[in-house]
Amino acid sequence: MRIAGKGLIDRGAPVGFRFDGRDYTGFQGDTLASALLASGVKVFGRSFKYHRPRGVMTAGSEEPNALVTVGRGAGQVPNVRATVQEIHAGLEARGQNAWPSVGFDLMAVNDLFAPFFSAGFYYKTFMWPRAFWETLYEPAIRRAAGLGALSGKSNDEAYEKAFAFCDLLVIGSGPAGLMAALTAARAGAEVILAEEDAVMGGRLLAETHEVGGKPGAQWAAEVLAELGAAPNVRLMARTTVTGAYDGGTFGALERVGLHLANPPKDLPRECFWRIVARRAVLASGAHERQIAFSNNDRPGVMTAGAARAYLNRWGVASGHAVTVFGNNDDAHRTARDLANAGIRVAGLVDVREDVSVPGDFPVHAGCRVIDTVGRKGLREVVIADRDGKVKRIVSDCLAVSSGWNPALHLACHMNGRPVWRDDIAAFVPKPGMVPGLTAAGAANGAFSTQACLAEGVAAATEALEALGLKPKLVPLPQAEDGAVRLRAYWEVPEPKHRAWLDFANDVTTKDVRLAAQENFRSVEHMKRYTTQGMAPDQGKNSNVAALAVLADATGRGIPETGTTTFRPPYTPVSIAALGAGGQGTGFAPQRFTSSDKAARDRHAPMIEAGLWYRPSYFPRPGEATWRESCDREVTMVRERVGVVDVSTLGKIDIQGRDSGRFLDLVYTNTFSTLKPGRVRYGLMLREDGMVMDDGTTACLSEGHYLTTTTTAAAGQVMRHLEFVHQAHCPEWEVRMISVTEQWAQFAVAGPLARELLNSILETPIDGEAFPFLSCGTVRLMEVEARLFRISFSGEMGYEIAVPARYGEALYRDLVARAESLGGGAYGMEALNVLRIEKGFITHAEIHGRVTAFDIGLQGMVSAKKDCIGKAASQRPGLTGPEREQLVGLRPIPAGKVIGAGAHLFDDGAEPVSANDRGYVTSVCYSPTLKAHLALGFLKDGRARIGSRVRLVDHLRKTDVLCEVVNPVFFDPEGGRARA
Amino acid sequence: MPSLIEKTACEGLLPVMAAGVTLSELPATRITSVAPLNGKDRAVAAALKALGLGWPAPGRSVAKGEASCLWTGRGQAFLIGADPAGLAGIAALTDQSDGWARMQLAGPGAEAVLARLVPLDLSAAAFRVGAAARTGLNHMMLVLSRPTAESFDLMVFRSMAASAVHEIRQSMAACAARASIG
Repeated sequence: MRIAGKGLIDRGAPVGFRFDGRDYTGFQGDTLASALLASGVKVFGRSFKYHRPRGVMTAGSEEPNALVTVGRGAGQVPNVRATVQEIHAGLEARGQNAWPSVGFDLMAVNDLFAPFFSAGFYYKTFMWPRAFWETLYEPAIRRAAGLGALSGKSNDEAYEKAFAFCDLLVIGSGPAGLMAALTAARAGAEVILAEEDAVMGGRLLAETHEVGGKPGAQWAAEVLAELGAAPNVRLMARTTVTGAYDGGTFGALERVGLHLANPPKDLPRECFWRIVARRAVLASGAHERQIAFSNNDRPGVMTAGAARAYLNRWGVASGHAVTVFGNNDDAHRTARDLANAGIRVAGLVDVREDVSVPGDFPVHAGCRVIDTVGRKGLREVVIADRDGKVKRIVSDCLAVSSGWNPALHLACHMNGRPVWRDDIAAFVPKPGMVPGLTAAGAANGAFSTQACLAEGVAAATEALEALGLKPKLVPLPQAEDGAVRLRAYWEVPEPKHRAWLDFANDVTTKDVRLAAQENFRSVEHMKRYTTQGMAPDQGKNSNVAALAVLADATGRGIPETGTTTFRPPYTPVSIAALGAGGQGTGFAPQRFTSSDKAARDRHAPMIEAGLWYRPSYFPRPGEATWRESCDREVTMVRERVGVVDVSTLGKIDIQGRDSGRFLDLVYTNTFSTLKPGRVRYGLMLREDGMVMDDGTTACLSEGHYLTTTTTAAAGQVMRHLEFVHQAHCPEWEVRMISVTEQWAQFAVAGPLARELLNSILETPIDGEAFPFLSCGTVRLMEVEARLFRISFSGEMGYEIAVPARYGEALYRDLVARAESLGGGAYGMEALNVLRIEKGFITHAEIHGRVTAFDIGLQGMVSAKKDCIGKAASQRPGLTGPEREQLVGLRPIPAGKVIGAGAHLFDDGAEPVSANDRGYVTSVCYSPTLKAHLALGFLKDGRARIGSRVRLVDHLRKTDVLCEVVNPVFFDPEGGRARA
Repeated sequence: MPSLIEKTACEGLLPVMAAGVTLSELPATRITSVAPLNGKDRAVAAALKALGLGWPAPGRSVAKGEASCLWTGRGQAFLIGADPAGLAGIAALTDQSDGWARMQLAGPGAEAVLARLVPLDLSAAAFRVGAAARTGLNHMMLVLSRPTAESFDLMVFRSMAASAVHEIRQSMAACAARASIG
């Protein structure tokens, strides 16, 4: 029901929307909650455990009951608080946790079994038999209990994350926040004012107070107009600050497009902000508390402040006959505001004896509510006086207040503990809980408007002084300055039925007492045993009341009982916003080589290597499987010539007088003796003695080297070299920089490699002047290039490097020439087969747990000098027959397929882990040797060459006898590479 | 003699315009990393002075005309658009001309576009004209500098040009959409 002349909604702008399959109309400025209340809707959803009908409890983000699912399809959002969602044309919302509807819910049968669903129910009931938990109990419980659900579909709606910086972050735009922002803005500070609501003004929008002789909302609008015009102020409405983190960083969630009927396609639904503030003012207001009494969860029971907010802000009467129940003077305001607006106040029930409230409504002092009636909507309130005399009040709304809790959650996010204040019966933040953050106003326990205004100015002034800015005098407007008068009152004793504390998690006073009785007396234990204050609620509604009940049950005071930990986020944050931009390929940047398009033009499927994309193989007409292409490409390299892009390997340019010495330190073998124009293979160890990476280093000129790394280890090696230089030998003249991206580099391999190269080089080369492991500068097509004679295939091999701008053109040219020589492009699959045939290692072998000894390269650890990892590699247990050593494996008979990851066992031994003798790291089919080959590690493997082992793949269910062989299957003398 | 066709890092990707900003590829130019050798800091600074530049302080760049010298890390700067011949023998010089995609983001909305991708305070007061930083562009490494009040120069690895353009475009689209709803 709407009240004429009340509210800040635009009555000229009706808005149609749907809830639970029915059409409704509200006005611009309505939330889903206010519009539905105005339409007489009582039941918004079903409760978490018992499926009790529930209505709206609050008017803010702390709402525990009115959780709805908004939207349909992939973009549907569950657990949206109806009190926060603004209505818009086309809005479609559904109640949750009910089937078939919130009005008639079959799962409500749970409520009848309530005696069984007490705290710890699951722990006690479903422990046995154990195996049933995962298969039966848990799925069934999850179906019955719980909240809304995601669609399960991939959602491509836009979300966003962003960074912001300011001198002062003001959290909340009520009287305290506005004054803080105004004070800081006038002093010239960079200010961000963040407000969770769509409209700024905080509680001023929900009350009838005047500020500076004007209606509160008008005063707020005027201040906001000034702030909005200031270039140093950023107003962020619809933005909830959700967490306080180290270094003045705050997380904040902005609702950007969730309130719009037809948002533009690129408009983010939400944005997750990381706000870095030099100082912050917490002016987040307060949450009103419920009182626990029998059946206090009926639709129609709400907080007294919410009833006022619906009336004053949205012009909605929360009932036709409203009863107010409280322990404090603030509750009286609700009765007065409602009565002044012409709404019938059926009674004001105050637990205190000595109250007199002027007004045209019955006042029941010294009385309490002992029960309510009306399952799908409140019909009657049952009260009792001190002598137990019972009276029934016909009422469809019960507005309850047991006082207010400062919304101090953010102040506790860095583990600070708040302090108890008896006068307001609430916890308040202590200064310094979050460095640089000052609480002000209701968040600090100052509940009068005048005190809020003054604390806002004071907090900003303190911040400005810390920032070194001079505050300008901001006159303090006059406002209401009532004192807090309250008698701590948490629960009506001896309830006939259940009395709820935590509505979101369906926790009652009985549950808390049961926890205490079962010795979960610590507040943290009670929380976990009962689930009170967990999940989205984060203790906003029930924390103080629950621990008051616990304190009573355990015979302690509230301060000794303490409060549980408030953790971020303050309100739920969607993963879509936290991970904005990370959907699909947005998860990581993609790195493309200069030949990428040329490879894709040849229909090569691309595979990822680190962040790079590399061609897997190049299918030709008539080839049905990758193996056919791969076999052809291998044979092509062995018999003719092949071309592959190797630009992705890490390339590090090292210069300086001491660079040779430096390479000696990081490599196991010696590089200081490497002559200009020569290349050497090197092995690098980690400090723990395990192999880190391998690669070639070329000496380009005196004191100038080019080191290559494995593609995926480029970053790790660069970091390692930087560390060694900075930590161990900073005085050495060594300068290094990555040139991976500068050069496009292509391997040309095969018996016709030189012939191909000589067709494009301005000055041809020959095998003698440019022997194996040499390097130099060449010219081709008017471009200066680097040429290296190295081979990862075992064939005559060159790698030619040109500045990346020429990469695509050179690659296309090399491939075309190779094709005219009977060769062509080859991909990663063929590259892998070629290197396995030659027994060359990759990170499949040097996986971080192998030593130089294990891979048979102990001879490369120079005895003449020290190097990183050398001492550690000589520790006991890292050499000798106990080690698993690199070997080659050939199946018997040769046609048998073997799989990587298989384990090795002695012939005849049971294939169980106790008998494990090693494992397989790389496998391939070798078209050259017409057999399946594998590389693997076998205990004392080198001594066992010629013997047989059993290879068992428990995953693929294969069991193959293999011969242990030298890991170099093909051309063990290496004559082909030197040709 | 046939010659090899050159391609720039952002070939076919740029320019793009939205949200009052333009993202365009900067013209290809010579980039050399300069790392002074031991004891040669002054000599390097003097050689750069001769080019009308100077050794940049951490987080700064020095520019003259088309040439600039950009701080890129500990004991390292990028000399852009100038011949490094005068530095030979006193600094380790490495050609970086082809290693980077160089882009310019210009227009009054440039700060807002980058605020979605770069975790630095890029307000004119904090990131002044002439500032330079090595930072992140979402998950990418970025060399960022501010040659003028309303433009930023961005350098990312050449291989990541497509991802970088995609990310910046997305941010531009989001800013434009925000502007369109007022």
